[in-house]
Amino acid sequence: MSTLELKGVSKRYRVRGSGTMLALDDVDVTITSGRTLALVGQSGSGKSTIAKIITQLERATSGEVLLDGAPIPRRGAALRRYRQQVRMVFQDPFASLNPYHSIRHHLERPLRLDKVVPRAQIEAEVVRLLDLVRLDPGATIDRRPHELSGGQRQRVAIARAIASRPSLLVADEPVSMLDVSIRLGVLNLLADLQRSQNLGVLYITHDLATARHFSDEIMVLNHGRVVEQGPSDDVILNPQHEYTRALLAASPDPDKHFEGAAR
Amino acid sequence: MTATITSEATAAAPTPAPTRKGWASAFSMFRNGKSITGLVILGIFVLMAVFAPLIAPFEPLAKDFRALRQPPSGTHWLGTTHMGEDVFSQIVYGTRGVLIVGFAAGIVATIIAVAVGVTAGYIAGWKSESLSALTNVFLVIPGLPLMIIITSQSDNPSLFLVAGVLAVTGWAWGGRVLRAQTMSLRNRDFIQAARANGEPLWRIITVEMLPNLMAIIASSFVGTVTAAVLGLTTLAFIGVIPITNLNWGTILFWAQQNGAFPDFWWWYIPAGLAIALLGVALSLINFGIDEYVNPRLRSAGERARALRKRGIKTTSAVTTVRRTTSDPARRTTSDPAPRTTPSPKDHV
Repeated sequence: MSTLELKGVSKRYRVRGSGTMLALDDVDVTITSGRTLALVGQSGSGKSTIAKIITQLERATSGEVLLDGAPIPRRGAALRRYRQQVRMVFQDPFASLNPYHSIRHHLERPLRLDKVVPRAQIEAEVVRLLDLVRLDPGATIDRRPHELSGGQRQRVAIARAIASRPSLLVADEPVSMLDVSIRLGVLNLLADLQRSQNLGVLYITHDLATARHFSDEIMVLNHGRVVEQGPSDDVILNPQHEYTRALLAASPDPDKHFEGAAR
Repeated sequence: MTATITSEATAAAPTPAPTRKGWASAFSMFRNGKSITGLVILGIFVLMAVFAPLIAPFEPLAKDFRALRQPPSGTHWLGTTHMGEDVFSQIVYGTRGVLIVGFAAGIVATIIAVAVGVTAGYIAGWKSESLSALTNVFLVIPGLPLMIIITSQSDNPSLFLVAGVLAVTGWAWGGRVLRAQTMSLRNRDFIQAARANGEPLWRIITVEMLPNLMAIIASSFVGTVTAAVLGLTTLAFIGVIPITNLNWGTILFWAQQNGAFPDFWWWYIPAGLAIALLGVALSLINFGIDEYVNPRLRSAGERARALRKRGIKTTSAVTTVRRTTSDPARRTTSDPAPRTTPSPKDHV
């Protein structure tokens, strides 16, 4: 059971020539094992900045990030232990895998770095991970990313993220770069893993429909501020904030659009 | 749902996975017509340098005063000099100096370029800026005058001193390109992912980044070798490198000093052609690498050949559209044009 808390986190980027830009303004986020929190907002609202701060690719300008009540270590072995606990799935599976290396390399590295299994069992563990994300190990293990489809790559990225057996997972728009036809498959996989591994998931998206379907709670972000937060159904069915209503109105409604279609 | 997964998972299955291991793929940039031609020519020169005593019919400096300034003949394939030395033997032996200096300078310059360029590209802030400024300084140093000054300090500069000077004046261009490429790689997701996984910095640079920079490193190496070969022959031609050092440039120097131009063509044309041919070989290798990095540089014919190799006809349509009435794409189409297939309404 792990809890990650962002308390009053702000992030200010220095912009060349025009001073600073406030990407996050006093944001509180709590992610708990076994629960999915959806972070919704339009482009530029600060969603990805939260992901970067959680994975420590960026440091917050102010505020604190606590894992089970303890602040994130700055460096060394303690930071690596933190990173073993908190993993991330990137948005673009065409960019998040190194084109030069095989799938085996991508999955072995976290296993070796965090010494998840003894050396002799690494091969078996890689196969188990590929099975877990429902890829055929024999057909994928020695391939390189460009030989796989977008959906397959994202499955590899997910396998890499859970290889270190983390307790929390940040998924930054994990399906927005994928074909519409395979999005559901990847999302269902994430949901299954979330349940079976008891992961706490931060699901970053701009798609309100999947946010409602896959998460327990929704948090709406606008211009770096949290404007609304609550159980998924409440936020979608009974939006309190004007911005949430605007977001809902802007999202396509399948029932209207496909009128007369076979459904 | 199940259908999606199976089709995705088996999509890669039909052809058995070719297990291309690291090294084979590291050399794939040389697997095209231009690179291979360049490598073959370069290989011939290397063989000439290594087996010079077996190939050359005479000692390069052996004088035969009964055969002065002779045109090419059965005994002297490329004629003789004013001292009766065999020009062909001189060219064969001269390959050694040219290749040693070229490759030594290329290796040293590439090491400096990688160290400075990749570091400057990966780190940020004033450290990166100052390394970049240093690169710029070396970029604008006029190489030839500097080489003349340094080599003229010593009475008999060794080949390695010459190579060292050529390397120091020649690394900056590669360093600049590598810095730019590293800066673009640094922000790519797979490097961010490695950082988020807690990979140590040295491993990110050597294992995640360097392989992706191989083509640029190779091309900058080949470029520096070319520049070093030209630099060495120029220095030798203008007489900065003394006569004890036999290379193509010194042949030209002696030809120039002894009034070979323009009558005794066999004395200077072969050496000039050898320089040009080596330059062509190195450039071909570089063009090949460029095309590997950026396939758009290939000519249309080569592109078509590459596609045919993969069994794709260039004349056929990009994709074949399957026209079935249950195609969901057609259902949502609002275009009122007459349909050959039954109206979608019939299927609802």
